[in-house]
Amino acid sequence: MSRKEILIGLIIALIVAFFLSPLSSSWPDGLERVAHDHGFIAKGEQGSVFKSLIPDYIFPGLKNEKMATAISGLLGTLVIFGIGYGLASLLKKDKDCK
Amino acid sequence: MHIPDGFLATNILASAWAISIGSIGFCLKKTTQILKDKMVPLMGIMSAFIFAAQMINFPVVGGTSGHLFGGVLAAVLLGPYAGAIVLTCVLIFQCLIFQDGGLLALGANILNMAIIGTLGGYVIFVVLQKIFGSKKGFIIGAAVASWLSVVVAASFCALELAISGLSPLHIVLPAMAGIHALIGIGEAIITVAALSFIQKVRPDLIYGLSRKTDGI
Repeated sequence: MSRKEILIGLIIALIVAFFLSPLSSSWPDGLERVAHDHGFIAKGEQGSVFKSLIPDYIFPGLKNEKMATAISGLLGTLVIFGIGYGLASLLKKDKDCK
Repeated sequence: MHIPDGFLATNILASAWAISIGSIGFCLKKTTQILKDKMVPLMGIMSAFIFAAQMINFPVVGGTSGHLFGGVLAAVLLGPYAGAIVLTCVLIFQCLIFQDGGLLALGANILNMAIIGTLGGYVIFVVLQKIFGSKKGFIIGAAVASWLSVVVAASFCALELAISGLSPLHIVLPAMAGIHALIGIGEAIITVAALSFIQKVRPDLIYGLSRKTDGI
């Protein structure tokens, strides 16, 4: 893949993350719906065993919640791109050594 | 269908972790054997796209939404093993940074989506592609396999919920499979759209089209 193609792929993902994530439906997802309808949703709301950096994709310190979601989407997409690319490079290197 | 902590019983959590770790180890090993240069940036792009797309919940029926899961999309594009690795990376990242899916339940989420949904979905894709021929079968296979991958992953999720004693299987299984049969329609539309686009611009990048010499 050329550098240009890689950039286009990444930009498509970034556009989805930044511009569409604030439009995401706030309705419960399939599992939450089933858990709610069948009376066990409370079991999943007892709090997590740890505290993550950006709970619920809302970037801390921003007043506008939609902007906070968009920023989380943008940063998250960039970081996971790096993770995926980096891991693949490592796996590739492994093979070259053998 | 990211399972939060608190839902699953300890024996289910532990078994799911064990199966997931074993399967991911196997997928990593297989990926190092078949990874080609052109797939390296594609694994980055696919991770980014699936993460981004999973943030977008679309409404399905009154009061319920769903989002892309991306298992079959990743598997057809990158092959089943690298596809499962990408899904696993996304799930770990979502759990640790965004608290999307529980930490104890991460093993179960990896099992349902990255292993059963992605690897299982890919097997369905390959079977359908063989039945319908490589060209027509590519689209039919991608559509049906992506739809089914969501329903099957949701059914395994239901099975784990039932064994954990949250709700009897005869109630929670049809409920989970039913709602995800609707969410799966969105999955199939996005998967087919994305794969058709890539097929048009860079068909050589698609693992599922160049499989002949590699076996499954």
